[in-house]
Amino acid sequence: MNAVIARAQPRLRARSYRRRKITNGVMLFLTGVATILAIIPLVWIIVYVAQEGIRFLTPSFFTELPTPVGVPGGGIANALVGSAITVGIGALIAIPVSIIAALYVSDNPNTPLGVGLRFATDVLAGIPSIVMGLFAYTVIVLPQKHFSALSGGFALAIIMTPIVLRTTEEMLKLVPRNWREGSLALGAPEWKTAVQVLLPATLSGVVTGIMLGISRVAGEAAPMIFTAFGNPFYSTDANQPVATLPHTIFVYAISPYKDLHDKAWTTALVLIALALGLNIAARGITRWRTRKLGLR
Amino acid sequence: MAAIARSKRTSGSSHSTPLTRRLAHGDLIFRVLTMLAALIIFLTMVAIGLELWQTSALSRAKFGLEFLVSTNWDPVAQDFGALTFLYGTLQTSALALLFAVPVGIGIAIFLAELAPSWLSEPLGFLVELLAAVPSVIFGLWGLFVFIPTVVKPAGQALNSALGFIPLFEGPVFGPSRLAASVILAIMILPTISAVSRDVLRAIPNAQREASLALGSTRWEMISQVLIPYGLSGILGAVILGLGRALGETIAVTMVIGNNLDLSASLLHPGYTMASLIANEFAEATYDLYLQALIEIGLVLFVVSLLLNLIARFLVYRVARKTPTEARV
Repeated sequence: MNAVIARAQPRLRARSYRRRKITNGVMLFLTGVATILAIIPLVWIIVYVAQEGIRFLTPSFFTELPTPVGVPGGGIANALVGSAITVGIGALIAIPVSIIAALYVSDNPNTPLGVGLRFATDVLAGIPSIVMGLFAYTVIVLPQKHFSALSGGFALAIIMTPIVLRTTEEMLKLVPRNWREGSLALGAPEWKTAVQVLLPATLSGVVTGIMLGISRVAGEAAPMIFTAFGNPFYSTDANQPVATLPHTIFVYAISPYKDLHDKAWTTALVLIALALGLNIAARGITRWRTRKLGLR
Repeated sequence: MAAIARSKRTSGSSHSTPLTRRLAHGDLIFRVLTMLAALIIFLTMVAIGLELWQTSALSRAKFGLEFLVSTNWDPVAQDFGALTFLYGTLQTSALALLFAVPVGIGIAIFLAELAPSWLSEPLGFLVELLAAVPSVIFGLWGLFVFIPTVVKPAGQALNSALGFIPLFEGPVFGPSRLAASVILAIMILPTISAVSRDVLRAIPNAQREASLALGSTRWEMISQVLIPYGLSGILGAVILGLGRALGETIAVTMVIGNNLDLSASLLHPGYTMASLIANEFAEATYDLYLQALIEIGLVLFVVSLLLNLIARFLVYRVARKTPTEARV
């Protein structure tokens, strides 16, 4: 503490008071400007997507299949269903594995496996999503020789795992140690302690993690390019290619047709409402949860 | 009390207990299950590396290490090299950091040190919300709105003022490396600012009070005490942002123009490793082409793995270098 301040001292003396005050004012003002700089694109994106998207947002947009270029009407029913299937598959794989693994790592943070798991979680969180797509492609699409919703869901599961695992682990750390001890002292086996004491205590945190994970993977277009691939028709078969919302936006946006650009904006409105809605809800739960813990 | 509980637990699962009792208790199954889940996740990371390594065998055998230093990318002549894309990725990410680090740290300072809580909470929420916007929407907005209204005019101004520098060489394109860098900067801003803000908030108040009591202005307190104090954490934030910038795919694919342009100009369209995979994978008609693309993915995987290791090492080293009394 003293070392840092002592180092700063001579520099303070060298400058005139007036100059220091001006520097102070300018720099503090600039930090405010920086904050506004970050909020401009957010507001700009939301307002623009809403303005452009709302023009073609009709109830039939949710229920109809895409029409060929130039034919009016048409919707994104196929992409909505496809997104639900791929995200559903991803969540079904990722949620149980990450919650159970979080129970392990919160209990054994310093065993070789615990250290390895935390490292793997960090690495998985940092691997670009397109690499997950490549992995799903080589593991599922290549042997099967066709694109499928399953391979897309598999890629999303790997992307989702570190998010759910980390949130659950953080929440498990917050459970007071004597709750666990109390349960064990009453003779409950470890699994019962985990299922009946630890997980209920962390439920809202786990739900937050799941919602954050879903809001993240629902917007992933990159791994879908060569896994779920896209499909202009309605499909509920996990073994067949499906369209997804983010991939549909990508394909429409890079097409040369104004017609498809309009649909891209409307699809973007649906996706952004979904992703931001889930995200805000998840934060609301965390807030409510911390307030509850604060009262106790 | 903790000691008693621990000894109880260890005796419950120690080897002295008969196997049948442990099975009936259910804890052995529970332990095996949790270890299995942990192992699956660890092995997934290993499997991603191995799988990419194996499925790029053809390309690795044909080009060897030459792959990393060759600028050829010619699907017709079956000649592939990654240097152009490696360069594109590094260039756009470095430029994105250049924009995002000062702004991100500025936001962190404003939110943690200056704004009253009624202002900093909603503002912090908005900045973090930026991270929740799907990247394809950044791409869509970048392509149709941000490039025509901001990037292209700015590029033209840069070109007419500084066109003699190769970095700002004309002709000026809309979708360009500059556009990709700016969009990337916006996308990594919330990561950098949120982590740095938490770091600043964790610094004990005694540090601020001591500095102010010695007569420093608020800015001097921030720049000469708080930032050196939290440097390791801020470095971690920057590396997290870099990791996100390196691998970002869809938004970059949409705004970078996807062109094998070898010039240094930021105003020309370019390619990154991720955008190359996204853009050409569907066109990869023969095995070697496909495997060369997978090898690019392998390079991305290795880079993000290395980055993670470096981040851990740096944070560890900086944390060790900080005098213990300064950490309180």
